Amino acid sequence: MSAIEPPVERIWWKQPLDRVEGTWIVIAFVWCIVMFVMMPYWHIYGKQNLSNEAYRTTAEAYLKKATESAEKTTVRTETDLKIPVVHPAPGGDAYLVARLWQWWPMLELEEGKTYRIHLASMDFLHGFSLQPENINIQVHPGYEHIVTVTPTRAGTYSIICNEYCGINHHTMASKLYVVK
Amino acid sequence: MNDKVAPNLLGTIEDDELDEPIPAMQQLLDNPFLLLFIGVAMPTVLYVIWGVMEIVSIPMAK
Amino acid sequence: MINRNFRTDPATGLVFHETAEKLIRANAVAAVVSLLVGGILAFFVIMTRWPAVHLLPADWFYLVLTAHGVDMLVLWIIFFEIAVLYFAGCVLLKCRLAAPKWAWTGFWLMVIGGIMNNVAVFRGDSSVMFTSYVPMGAHPAFYLGLILFAVGALIGCFVFLGSLVVAKSEKTYNGSLPLVTFGAVVACIIAVFTIASGAIILIPTFLWSVGLIPTIDSLMYKTVWWAFGHSSQQINVSAHVAIWYAIAAIVFGAKPMSEKVSRGAFLLYIFFLQLASAHHLLSDPGLTSNWKIFNTSYAMYLAVLASMVHGLTVPGAIEVAQRQKGYNRGLFEWLRKAPWGNPVFSGMFISLVGFGFLGGISGVMMGTEQLNLIIHNTIYVPGHFHATVVVGTTLAFMAMTYFLIPTLFRREIMFPKLAKWQPYLFGLGMSGFALFMMGAGTLGVPRRHWDMTFAGNPLGYEFAGTAYLMMGLTAICGLIAIIGGGAYLLITVGSVFFGKKIDVPEYRTLTLREGAAPRPVRQPVAVAIGAHHGNIGIAGFVAPGTFTLAMVFLVAFVLYYFVNWKYLSTVWPLS
Repeated sequence: MSAIEPPVERIWWKQPLDRVEGTWIVIAFVWCIVMFVMMPYWHIYGKQNLSNEAYRTTAEAYLKKATESAEKTTVRTETDLKIPVVHPAPGGDAYLVARLWQWWPMLELEEGKTYRIHLASMDFLHGFSLQPENINIQVHPGYEHIVTVTPTRAGTYSIICNEYCGINHHTMASKLYVVK
Repeated sequence: MNDKVAPNLLGTIEDDELDEPIPAMQQLLDNPFLLLFIGVAMPTVLYVIWGVMEIVSIPMAK
Repeated sequence: MINRNFRTDPATGLVFHETAEKLIRANAVAAVVSLLVGGILAFFVIMTRWPAVHLLPADWFYLVLTAHGVDMLVLWIIFFEIAVLYFAGCVLLKCRLAAPKWAWTGFWLMVIGGIMNNVAVFRGDSSVMFTSYVPMGAHPAFYLGLILFAVGALIGCFVFLGSLVVAKSEKTYNGSLPLVTFGAVVACIIAVFTIASGAIILIPTFLWSVGLIPTIDSLMYKTVWWAFGHSSQQINVSAHVAIWYAIAAIVFGAKPMSEKVSRGAFLLYIFFLQLASAHHLLSDPGLTSNWKIFNTSYAMYLAVLASMVHGLTVPGAIEVAQRQKGYNRGLFEWLRKAPWGNPVFSGMFISLVGFGFLGGISGVMMGTEQLNLIIHNTIYVPGHFHATVVVGTTLAFMAMTYFLIPTLFRREIMFPKLAKWQPYLFGLGMSGFALFMMGAGTLGVPRRHWDMTFAGNPLGYEFAGTAYLMMGLTAICGLIAIIGGGAYLLITVGSVFFGKKIDVPEYRTLTLREGAAPRPVRQPVAVAIGAHHGNIGIAGFVAPGTFTLAMVFLVAFVLYYFVNWKYLSTVWPLS
C-alpha cells in the first residue's frame, strides 16, 4: 500500500492525474520554460554575456604577445615588483597573464570605452574575479579567452584569484584602474 | 521479457483483466537495464561527447 | 551453498537477509566513520574561514579542506548510498543479496581506496582540493585511492542490480518495484554514469601522475571530471528523494499520490539530471553557449521540473495520509499534528524544505549561464551545495539512521531527548551556514581562500564590512551545525555499541517457496487518489496545504531569480 511496497495495481500508469499534481505540473513546467527562455533572451537583449571567443595557445606564445603589448602601452610601474600598468587604446586589446601567484600586468581602462581583454594562465587554473563588480571568469592554461568589456564606473578595482592555485593562492591579487 | 506478462506470476488474476496489456511507459519504467542504458547514453552523448567535440574544435591562436 | 537466512523484524515487518544486513551495517558504519573524520575537519575549516579566529596556517587549511571535501562528498555519502541500495533492494524486496563475495570485495576496495586517498592528502603533498584540477598534481596514491573507491562502488551498484534480478526470478515481489526501490535504481543508474566518467578522467590522470602520459588538457579534464564530480551529487538527490518517500511511508503509511507522476519524475532524472555537470563550466572559455544552455538547463529544466514534482508529492502524500487519519481541518492541521518530536520525521521534513528553498533555488540561479558570472567560484557555491548535500542529503540520511538503529542494528536509541533535538540543531545550523555563505558570496568573497583580508598585500582587496559579518555568522551557524553533527555521531555510535539490545527473532532458513510473495489478488486499474479517498481536502484538492506551500515556494523562486537578473544588469557590459 505504500511507497516501500510494490504498487497494488497491476496497471498504475493509467491512473488519472490528481488535480493537485496536475495543476502543479503545469505551473512548474511553465516556469521551467520561462527560465529556459531567459538565457537565449539575454543573449539577444541583455548586455552581460560571456564571450565564446577562445583559442588554443601555449604559455610561451601568449606571454610573448602579452609582453610585446605591455611594452607598447606601459604608462608607469607599481609596487616593489615594478609591475607595469598598461593603458591600452580604447577599443583595442589588452592582455592579462595569470600565473603563480600574480596577475600581470595591471590594466588602466577608460570609463565607457570598450576593450578586448585576453585572459590566459601560464601554469595552473586561476580565477579572474573582479571586485567589487563581482565578475568571475575561469582562466585556463593553454587557452586564450577574449572577453569584451565596457567599464561603466571610474575607480580602483581589484582582481583577485578565486580558483585554488596552490599554497599562495590567497596572495594572488592585483588592481585594475578605470579612469575618466 | 516484459512485453508478455509471465502467466504463473499473475495466475489468479482473471483473464479479462489480463486482456489489458501493460502500457509501454510502464514497461519502460519496470525495466532497470533499459533505464540504465538510457541513463548512461544520454549524458554521455549530450554532455561528454558534445563537450569534448567542442573542446577539440577550438582553433589555434594567431 | 546459497545463504538463504532471513529474519523478520516484528515491529516493522521488514525482512532482512543475513548477508545483506551485514553489508548494510558495514557500509553504514564506514559512512559514519567518514562523517566523523569529515566533521572534525569541518571544524578546522570553519575556524580558519572565520576572519576573527583564522585558526590554521595556510598549508594546513588547504590540506584540511581537501580532506574534508573527499571524506564528506565521496566517502560519507557513497558508503551510505551503498547501504541505501542494499536496503532498498534486498530488504524492501525481501530477497537475498546477489553475489555476496563481490559485495564484500567492493566494500573492502572502497575502504582501502578511501584510506589510501586520505593518507595521500595527510602526507601533505596532495592538497589539490576535491576537484584536483590538472595541471596541479597530487601524489599518485590520491588518484589511485579514488579509482579503487570508485571500482568498489561500481561493484556495489552491480550487486544491487543483480539483487533485483534475483528478486524477480525468485518471485519475492509481484508487479512493479516499490517506488523507493525505483528511486534507488535511479540513484544506481546515475552512479554508474558517475563512476564511468570518473574512471575515464582519473585513470589517465593517475598515469600522468606517475609519468606515463605527458600532459592532460585542463579544459578537457574539467569537463569530464565534472561528469563525475557533479553527477556524484546527483546520486544523492535521487537517493535522498527515495528516502523522503520511504520515511513518508514508514512514519505515516503514506501511499504515493500517483505512482505515474512520481516515477515519471524519476524518469526525468534519468534522462536529464546528469547534464547539470555543465554548471561548473559556464564561466569557462571554449565551450559554446549552445552546449552551455542546453546542458546547464537539464534540457529545458526538465530535471528541475522533476524535483518540483517530488517536492510536492512527498509532503502531498503525507498530507493525504494525515487527512485520512482525521487531521482534515483547515490548510495545515495535518502538518501541525505531525510528529515533530520524532527525528525520523523532523529530519526528513527539514531536509525537504531546506533542499527546496535554499539548495534548489540557489542552484538553479547559479546554473543560469549568464547569472553564473556573478557567482562563479565565490563562497556562494559552497553555500549552495551545503544546502543541497548537507541539509538535503546528509540530514535525510541522518533521519533514516534513526529508523535503522532499532530495525537494522536491533538497539534502542540512546539519548532520545538529544535525538529529538538533533535534526533541528543540525538542520537549522546548517541552513544558516549555507544562507550566510551565499550572502558573503554575493559580496564576492572567494571560496577555497585562506585569507580574505589579504594581510600585508599592497594589492589586496578590502571586502566590505558586511562580508566579514557574513563570514562571522557563517562560522557561528557552522559551529551550531557541528554540535548537531556531533550529537548525531554520539547517538548513533553510542546506540550501535552500547544501546540496549532489542530482542527479536533470529535468522532462519527460508525455502524459495516460503520466500515468494503471495499471489496477487485481483485489482482494478489504478484510480485517481481523490476518487477512492472520498471527502478529504478543500475544493477538490486532496492536499491543499501542500499546494499552498508549493505556491509559496514558487513565489520565492521567481522573485529571487529575477532579483539576480536585475543585479546582473547593473554589472559592466560584457560580450
